[in-house]
Order: sequence, then structure tokens, then C-alpha cells
Amino acid sequence: MNEFAGNQVIIEVVYLLASALFILSLKWMSSPTTARHGVWAGELGMLLAIGGTLLHHGIVDYQWIAIALVLGTIIGIPLGRVQMTAVPQRTALSHAFGALCVTLVGTAEFYLGTPHISRFMMAVLSMEVILGSLTFTGSLMAAGKLQEVLPQRPLTYKGQNLVNFLLLLIAVVLAVYLVLHPEAKQLYPFMLLIALAFGVLLVIPIGGADMPTVISLLNAYAGLSAAAMGFVLNNKLLIVAGALDGSSGLILSVIMSKAMNRSFTNVLFGAFGQVQSTGAAGHEAKPVKSATAEEAAAILSAANKVVVVPGYGMAVAQAQHKVRELYDALTKRGVDVRFAIHPVAGRMPGHMNVLLAEADIPYDRLMDMDDINGDFPQTDVALVIGANDVTNPAARTDSTSPIYGMPILDVDKAHTVMVIKRGMSPGFAGIDNPLYYLDNNLMLFGDAKAFVGSIVRELTGGGGH
Amino acid sequence: MSGSILINGLFIFMLAGFIGFEVIRRVSPLLHTPLMSLTNALDAIAVVGAIVLVGEHKSTLSTVLGTIAVVAATSNIVGGFLITDRMLKMFKSSRPAAKS
Repeated sequence: MNEFAGNQVIIEVVYLLASALFILSLKWMSSPTTARHGVWAGELGMLLAIGGTLLHHGIVDYQWIAIALVLGTIIGIPLGRVQMTAVPQRTALSHAFGALCVTLVGTAEFYLGTPHISRFMMAVLSMEVILGSLTFTGSLMAAGKLQEVLPQRPLTYKGQNLVNFLLLLIAVVLAVYLVLHPEAKQLYPFMLLIALAFGVLLVIPIGGADMPTVISLLNAYAGLSAAAMGFVLNNKLLIVAGALDGSSGLILSVIMSKAMNRSFTNVLFGAFGQVQSTGAAGHEAKPVKSATAEEAAAILSAANKVVVVPGYGMAVAQAQHKVRELYDALTKRGVDVRFAIHPVAGRMPGHMNVLLAEADIPYDRLMDMDDINGDFPQTDVALVIGANDVTNPAARTDSTSPIYGMPILDVDKAHTVMVIKRGMSPGFAGIDNPLYYLDNNLMLFGDAKAFVGSIVRELTGGGGH
Repeated sequence: MSGSILINGLFIFMLAGFIGFEVIRRVSPLLHTPLMSLTNALDAIAVVGAIVLVGEHKSTLSTVLGTIAVVAATSNIVGGFLITDRMLKMFKSSRPAAKS
């Protein structure tokens, strides 16, 4: 072993540097002014780590490594160039790829090692493979739902949780058996298949509205499986990167489930959107007030403080660039315009911020829910574009509402609320919104992009410009 | 032997976990999407394990599985860093002199 010690030391030192760079990379992500340094630090760490690994004494053949690196790059480039609206499914897909890598390596290590695998090794290897494979299929399902290749409505059936739980239990029992008898390699494929099936069944009952939580949770699983792989390979860099990714996913999952007032178990085991609105169907048609683009423009230009509340509907309608024009027109008239971003606006954590940044809206105008909610009573106009459930006051007042207790943006406290909406149909989660029947609420019926466009025309055309 | 590896690994895991919590807690919600795509790219460091597996060429199975693993992880590295940088480039502040 000793003649290789030289290279091994270099590799360990390079891994140490890479770990430090990864931590710095995440540290620099804390502010938009330094975030790009974070990317560079990450890239440098990655290059160092890969370069160092290529010096590994055990490597006898570079041909397939080179081919795989080139192929991966060819696949990776288009995945880095997707539209900003498609970032959630891209992210889910990359969780799947990461988990695939971990699962395949774990599987290869198992067949290389069996039957001489120590119990400790087999235990972490099983964890790596079970987590990796359920993340792989689960993320593929999530990506399919987000891309709308698969139905977004939750699919549920009686005894679903029991079936899922039993499957996971069987996988764990198989893992324990393999730990005790690592020579029983005919059992390994079953453990793998059951974990793969569990991943599919785990995501099937989860509806579109819960996707931000699910993506974050799968992120955490992907990180944990990579850390487990680090234990198997005794690779400290992998343990560090896996722990960082795991804690990131966990933090985001906690933020997301808090923002929906739901626990993890509730997201995973209690399908949302089973349209409790059967209760709401009892609502007779109540009167709503509506306004034209001309009236809306007049109200907006008379305002001092305007808060725009964008939801995913705005992105679906591709209205963000029109919204930027509205922002420009109002700012030019001296109106203070800010944007209130609910943590689950969009389809993954922070998605709405990216969509607005893409439309060139300055990030210092984008406010978190906690920072803006106190300002609504002093706000002249709250303009809701393509958001619904996150503005639903029933979450505060109606204890029978399925979203009761969920933190919302208190738009109803603004002097005037204007909601751009195609019609009176309930939102993603199928819940009626009493906001629309309030006295200070005006409905602006129409397509988000077209309606904002006509408000902008009124403002710029009628304003003497 | 494997006992000390386990303890060493757990120490590193615990410390990195705490660092992760402290560092990531400070990331503004503004940047949560780029954060996720960045951690995704960093997580693809699993590629180093796959590279060794392919290079050691211990069996046909391990080489084939390893090669697919390297492809998957590399696409995450390239795609992840690329899209993170693309997103971050879009975040612009209104001029420092802008009224608040």
C-alpha cells in the first residue's frame, strides 16, 4: 500500500480543499451580491475533486471515464438551459439523476463485495441504496407531475398508507437480513425493486400544490443517500457534501410545510386537494364587484403604495414581463410598488423570485411574507395576479376550511384589493376564496397577461407620455 | 477497523450537518431556488465514487453501472452550475440611490 501513499495524500488534501470550498459556496449564497462567487467556489471545488480523483492509484482505465464525462456534459448543458418556468421539473429530474448515481454505485459495490461485506458496510450500503432508489423513482414521478406528463391530482385509494408502510417495512427487513447474511445476494434485487416501487407510490398521492414540499424533501433524501455512499466508500468529501445537501433539503422542507401549515407526515400521508370544496359547493352565487382595465388603472395611479401579489398563475400566463411594464409605469408616476412573495408561490421554494428576477424586477422590491404582512393595512392597492389560496382569508377565520391555519398574505387588509382572474372557479387546491366577496375587493376578469397589458396601456397612454 | 471508520464518518457527518444548518438558515428565501440547484450540483460530487468504480474496472457489471453513474452525476454538475449561474445573473438590485 505504501508506494501509493503519495497520491493518496494529495487526494485527501484536495478533498479537504473541496469541502472548504463547498461550505464557502453555500455561505456566499446568503446574499444576492455574493451568490455568484458561491457558484465559482463550488465549480472550483468540483474541478479539484474530480482532478484529484483521477490520480487515484486504483484507476487502470481512463477510457470509459472520459466517455462518461463527455456524455454527461452533453446531457447536462441542455438541462442547464431550460426555461425558468421549467426549473422545478429540472430540479426534480436532477434529484433523480443524483439518486440514480448513488444507487448504481451502491449496487456495484454490493456485487463486488458480496459475500465478504462487513455488517457495518452492509447496513450503510442498504441505507444508501434504499434512499437512493426511492428518491430516484419519487423524483421522476415529481418531475412527471410538474411537467404535466402525469396527472397532477393526487391519486389515492383505501389503505394506501398501509400498503406504502408495509412495502418500506419489507425493504427494511430485507436490508436487515442482508446485514446478517450478506451472502444472500439473491435478495438484493428484491430490496432494490421494492424501494423503487415505494418511491413511485410515495409521490402518487401527492398533489400539485404540495410539490414545493416534496421537491425539498426529495432533496434531503438525495443528500442523505450521498452521505451514506460516503460512509460506504469511506470518502469524507462525500459525507460533507451529502450532509450539506441533506440539511439544505431539510430546512427547505420545514419552511415549505410551515408555509402550508402542514407536518411532513401530513404532506406524505394525507393527500391534499381531495376537494373538500364539496362543502363549499353549497355556496350560492354571491355578488362580486368587478372593474375594467380603465378603472383599475385609475385606482392604481391614484395610489401611493401598491403591493403586487403574484402566484403561479402569473407565470403560466407568461405575464411577468407585462407586470414589469406595470411596475415601470407606476414607479415613473411615483407610486411605491412592491411584490409580496408567499413561500409556496410557484412550484418550488423561491421559484417566484426567479421568475420576477427574470423579468428584470429588482430583487429589493421582492418581499417575504413575514416582512410585508404588517404593511398591508397601510397599502392602498393590493393587486393579486394568478394567486388564490395564499390570499384566502378563510385560512385565518374559518376553522372548517381545509387550509385553516396556513399563513397567508393579508391582502384583505389593504384599502382596495384587485384580483385578476379568468373566472370564479376555485384554485389549485379546489377551495373557495371568500376574499372575492369582500366589499373592498374588485375582480378584474380576464387573462393575466392581456389584462395587465391593458392597464399598462391606460397608464402610459392616458398619462400624457 | 470499520468501527473507527464509522465513528470518524459520524463525526464528520454531524459537524457538516451543523455547518449546513447554520449556513443555509441564513440564505434569503429570495435565493431558495438557486440554492437548491447549487446544492444539487455539489451533491453530484458522488461522481468521484463512480469515477473510481469505472477506472478500477473490477467487473463488467461495476464498469457498466459506474459509467451510467458518472454520466448521471456529470450532467447534474454541468447542468446544476450552469442554471444556478444563469438564475443568479438575473437578480439585479434597483440602483443603490433608489428611494425605499
